[in-house]
Amino acid sequence: MAETLLILDDILVQYGNVPILEVPSLAVYAGEILAIIGPNGAGKSTLLRVMGLLEQPVRGKATFRGQEVTRENALALRRRMASVFQEPLLLNASVVENAVLGLRLRGLDRRTAEGRVRPWLERLGIAHLATRPARSLSGGEAQRTSLVRALALDPDLLLLDEPFSALDPPTREGLLLDLETVLRTTGITTVFVTHERNEAVILSDRVAVLMKGRILQVGSQSQVFTQPVNEEVAQFVGIETNIPGVVEAVGEGLAQVRFNGRTVDVVGDFHPGERVLLCLRPEEITLSPARADAVKTSARNRLAGRVAKITPWGPHYRIVVDCDGARLVALVTKPSFLDLELAEKKEVVASFKATAVHVLRLR
Amino acid sequence: MELILEGVLTAFRLVFSGDAEVWTITWLSLKVSGTATVIALTLGIPLGILMAMTRFPGRAFAVALINTGMGLPPVVVGLFISVLLWRSGPLGFLNLIYTPAAMVIAQVAIAFPIVAGLTMAAFQTLNPKLNLQLLGIGASRPQLLWLLCTEARLPLLAAVMAGFGGVISEVGSVLMVGGNIKGQTRVLTTATVLETSMGNFGTAIALGVILLTLAFGVNFLLTRIQQREQIRWPRPS
Amino acid sequence: MRGSVFTASILAASTLVLVTPLRAPAAKPANKIIVLATGHTLRDSGLLDVLIPAFEKKAGYIVRAVAIGTGQALVMGKRGDADVLLTHDPEAEAPLVKEGYFINRRQFMHNDFIIVGPAQDPARVARAKSAAAAFKHIAEAKVTFVSRGDDSGTHKREQGLWKAAGLSPTRPWYLQAGQGMGATLGIANQKQAYTLTDRATYLNLKKTLRLEIMLETDPGLLNLYSVLEVNPAKHPKANHAGARAFSDFLVSEEGRALIQGFGKERLGQPLYFLDPIK
Repeated sequence: MAETLLILDDILVQYGNVPILEVPSLAVYAGEILAIIGPNGAGKSTLLRVMGLLEQPVRGKATFRGQEVTRENALALRRRMASVFQEPLLLNASVVENAVLGLRLRGLDRRTAEGRVRPWLERLGIAHLATRPARSLSGGEAQRTSLVRALALDPDLLLLDEPFSALDPPTREGLLLDLETVLRTTGITTVFVTHERNEAVILSDRVAVLMKGRILQVGSQSQVFTQPVNEEVAQFVGIETNIPGVVEAVGEGLAQVRFNGRTVDVVGDFHPGERVLLCLRPEEITLSPARADAVKTSARNRLAGRVAKITPWGPHYRIVVDCDGARLVALVTKPSFLDLELAEKKEVVASFKATAVHVLRLR
Repeated sequence: MELILEGVLTAFRLVFSGDAEVWTITWLSLKVSGTATVIALTLGIPLGILMAMTRFPGRAFAVALINTGMGLPPVVVGLFISVLLWRSGPLGFLNLIYTPAAMVIAQVAIAFPIVAGLTMAAFQTLNPKLNLQLLGIGASRPQLLWLLCTEARLPLLAAVMAGFGGVISEVGSVLMVGGNIKGQTRVLTTATVLETSMGNFGTAIALGVILLTLAFGVNFLLTRIQQREQIRWPRPS
Repeated sequence: MRGSVFTASILAASTLVLVTPLRAPAAKPANKIIVLATGHTLRDSGLLDVLIPAFEKKAGYIVRAVAIGTGQALVMGKRGDADVLLTHDPEAEAPLVKEGYFINRRQFMHNDFIIVGPAQDPARVARAKSAAAAFKHIAEAKVTFVSRGDDSGTHKREQGLWKAAGLSPTRPWYLQAGQGMGATLGIANQKQAYTLTDRATYLNLKKTLRLEIMLETDPGLLNLYSVLEVNPAKHPKANHAGARAFSDFLVSEEGRALIQGFGKERLGQPLYFLDPIK
């Protein structure tokens, strides 16, 4: 059982009379990477600040390494953590001088601090920029400097608030991978905030979903992304197909759900008459031409429909298919897109496996 | 033109011959304006930082007040403070009128808004998120303040120089509250006025040259500090 | 790290030095301080620089002599913001003494005013029979005349002379300098104009001026100096003992000797003349 590094209890942050963040309980375990995801304005940065002992909640307490955080020990405990924000926020000095700042603040002399910082500069690929003024760096180089500044402190807890958001995609990717390598090899406990789902996918062990100031779900990556606890979370984690229906029949480990005159097979323990929501990720829907012969596949569900909208989606295409009023969203690669000659209003068949459907009970 | 040349030569002569009166006047100028500047900095810099970094009801009004204060005509300041300090005035019992202390008070009133206003502007050039980031890598509050000051050192030292410059060269207020009394409250500026009004233009120019040299010297020192590239490291606390 | 210690200690040292006593030695209680208000001309002549140190040494007072112009001095005395005045405007002084603001007025010395002007004397002032006549000449010829224009004793005397001549001088030939005598003479010099000045200032600056004495020794040009003590009945807080001591000093043997001897060495003639005290 991993050691609990930080526990938040009964936290309430309020601005005026407006509650911004309410967290009854949240734990961070030693050695893990915890991602906090959620839409803009959810309170993620606030949560990170509370964790970093940078913001005082109206109510609640934090316990770090078994010690309750009080006014007297706050500075000492805060100094066991390090924060990196969206903007690099460097001082008007050289890269090295910025990188050693945290160590110098803690009383280390310049020589020793520079010695500690040097291997980190190399690890993050900016050793050749050591004497350059911070003002002359590119966005990515500056953010790497900010990371070195934090990592060189060998913190018990590393807090990253959307550290890649201000960077352009190629830079972002490069830095993300480098950071992943560093975190995996050093095992530094990290909490990072992002609104990009795929960053969370690449980097995290656990994921917490924060919406409107409340944590809706905390769990492993696969739990959160494939078994969202409710509609809100489902929508956020990228489940774009959400079809309400009613359980009609049950048997052989399958349930049949009816919607709009169609039937869909799903897996799960349900009772007839239950109202449910069928959730599918775009990657899980396959499209085929309408009049193709019904080739036997293991995908039990085949729904005929019409292409409603085509949107380029990076290297792929996002296709919205309208099946009698139900909206299915599929992700199709470009070669397939061309092969199928997909176009708006074209008739297609959308298929998916019964096991791919995530079923949420509706109240 | 010969008048200016004569003035410069007279200045050298007065200074290097150790003319007692000139040295007294110069020293008093430095003392009064220096003290006033130091007090203005002690009051003005913290206020400027506070106004830059916090929000409170009536802040806009306070900012407008400070900005207006920056442009106060010294002679008006002198007049108001005189009226307060005259024996017939509310603070007459302090017996401060016609003393160097009164001159310091008047000059503080002139320099303080300049320092506060420019400090505020200096700190407003800083990224407000910088505070959180510096705390987030372990700065204590005093360390944070020090780091912000070094980050803002360019405009901050400009504020210091503006404060000092504003008072070393002013004559209206020190004339009114000091009285230009020989050996007691006569400073370079008021002595220059006196010599001019008496028609001793050579001496007046000499005093002006000394004043300019003084002001230049102080500002040169401050500029050296301001333009220094290396930042000073905060001690742990 | 050493550098910042250095800077800090420089700042600390400077502050200590700067904050060392700026006041006159604070050990003496308030009534050792006398506020003396005078006109500019008296200060500019340098007489006070001789009289005051001698008085301070002898009587142990500290005199704060502020030269603010006769008009303002009288107002200050009325308000009680000064303890003793040295003024030279008998017309203005008399009613105030009558109203009880000042006591023990002693008209203790005099000098005189002179009218100076360009050597060519375009207004033929040198030929005038009296000061008032001279002014008439200037007004008629409309030659430039520079006035003090600052409500000082000199200015009031000049205004009195215009009034006596029945004239009201106006621009463009009548200029108001609004400054001290030295500066006013400077303007008159630049413009080669006429002006009314006290003899002492003129003699002091004669070398730098291209102006000659046009008219002197007219009874209307007599400049009478008086010392007035602020009435303690009206202003109990005034340092009356000090004021009296100063006034007494002026009419004492030592004081009179200093006044009489003033200017003799430098300019060859005394600048002030003693008057008997009635």
